[in-house]
Amino acid sequence: MSRWLPIAEIAEKVQKGELRASDLVEQALQTIADKKEFDAIIATVDDRARERAASIDAAVKNKHKVGRLAGVPFIAKDNFLTFGSATTAASNMLRGFKAPYQATAIERLEAEGAICVAKANLDAFGHGSSTENSDFMVTKNPHDQTRVSGGSSGGSVAAVVLDMVPFALGTDSGGSIRFPASFCGAVGYKPTYGLVSRSGVVAMASSLDVIGPLARTVDDAALVLDVMAGVDTLDSTTIARDAESYTKLSAQLKGKKIGIIKEYMGEGIAPGVQDRIQAAIDKLQAAEADVFEISLPSLALALACYYVICPAEISSNLSRYDGQRYGHVAKNAANLEESFSDSRSEGFGKEAKRRIMLGTYVLSSGYYDAYYKKAQTVRTKVIQEFAQAFEHADFLLGPVAPQTAFKLGEHTADPLQMYLTDIMTVAANLAGIPAVSIPAGDADGLPVGLQLLARQGSDRALLGMAKTTERLLS
Amino acid sequence: MTKLSRDDVLKLARLARLSLSEDEIQEFRAQISEILQYIEVLQKADVAGLQPTAQVTGLVNVMRDDTVADYGVSPEDLLRSVPHKQDGQIKVKRMIG
Repeated sequence: MSRWLPIAEIAEKVQKGELRASDLVEQALQTIADKKEFDAIIATVDDRARERAASIDAAVKNKHKVGRLAGVPFIAKDNFLTFGSATTAASNMLRGFKAPYQATAIERLEAEGAICVAKANLDAFGHGSSTENSDFMVTKNPHDQTRVSGGSSGGSVAAVVLDMVPFALGTDSGGSIRFPASFCGAVGYKPTYGLVSRSGVVAMASSLDVIGPLARTVDDAALVLDVMAGVDTLDSTTIARDAESYTKLSAQLKGKKIGIIKEYMGEGIAPGVQDRIQAAIDKLQAAEADVFEISLPSLALALACYYVICPAEISSNLSRYDGQRYGHVAKNAANLEESFSDSRSEGFGKEAKRRIMLGTYVLSSGYYDAYYKKAQTVRTKVIQEFAQAFEHADFLLGPVAPQTAFKLGEHTADPLQMYLTDIMTVAANLAGIPAVSIPAGDADGLPVGLQLLARQGSDRALLGMAKTTERLLS
Repeated sequence: MTKLSRDDVLKLARLARLSLSEDEIQEFRAQISEILQYIEVLQKADVAGLQPTAQVTGLVNVMRDDTVADYGVSPEDLLRSVPHKQDGQIKVKRMIG
């Protein structure tokens, strides 16, 4: 059992003066210290967190209004710009970087009284599926320290599962919220593209990146999403949110049309994973959902498509790290050219370099049409197939990953094998559709994640479906 | 099958402003060749009549008024992380001969 109450209850008790924000912050910081061995946390934000807690407690005492997340401690992946500590993206390039402004998502959470207590580990710049590409540390799986937490938001998920905080923030460009949520046994929500502002988040692949919550329950994730969602003038790709709260969820299941993605249930799935997903399908059927198999053949191309578009956008986004304005600076460069290339070579880790090189290749003269433009066109095909599938189905269902958490070091020697672990998560990013990972039991003592996907903009419906499924599986 | 030569890798590194060690050159040459081989599958995809997608939610030309807004961030704040500066400007090494 978690030591944290549901988020809405914590805030209500703080509002009434039954719980003190300062005690909640101390509880979070103490748990972070107690669970240090998992390497989930890069840095704590002690001073600022304590100051904010004291000011919330004072406001309650003086009968001032405090927000919907009053006193709720949380942890942000360290690619969110925040005050009170460095923002590193787990990279040597940004080691010690102090943000001059905060991410919109953080601002909105703070405006409702939430308190950021720490920054979580990730694969540097979000490049990876295990946090083994972090330049600082590798986050261990809370269920088995010889295994990975998944990535790239591995520190954020481990923090939630280890009970450090009631919720954490992650980012998901190709599965980086859902994949670790599956490996560690948490709820990981990837919203529709553009529903949460990316302003103040270290950019990875801008047409794919989304921000979302990691939490213990769908209700908690929905509340956090509700606070963050909506148009932001600082991110012109943000879209209009629902007028209705994302916490108002429909529990109706009878007659809901659920398409089981054929391409995600076949060869290559570990038997234990297949069993858990099938058990969930059986329960949905027993609850009179209309469940059927559906085929999206171009999903076979999704991973290749992703590993063209994603590195292309990475190579462009990472060009800003030039050693002149912020980030790592080479000391002994003889001229400006050398200052650029030495700063970048010293500051970037291997995976960032690999992706920059790959992205530079697919965007370079002579290869642009064959790789980048072709991948963008295949992306259209993937989008169209999802649209066709959603003419028949309200929701799509499958595993999050073909396996449970793998061993530390199992895929580090072969980058392509690491890329292949993303095979079931990247398509949602290519299509910009919402998707969620919810715990579906264990296989050999390791968590299995169930993935549900919905059409663009139907985040509230998807959260409702996730909550209903969560209840069926508990 | 696409197999990168040593010169291809050096050219990419130059374009990307990276100076690679000899080990990295060898490693990336093999690994990127393998990844390119994997993404070859895209070449066979039938995409006749389809347009490329760059933006998924259909937003077009999002405009705003050209006004000054105060976000509470000063030029000094923004320049704090600059390694070499002079008179409120970013100072870089000499560019022209």
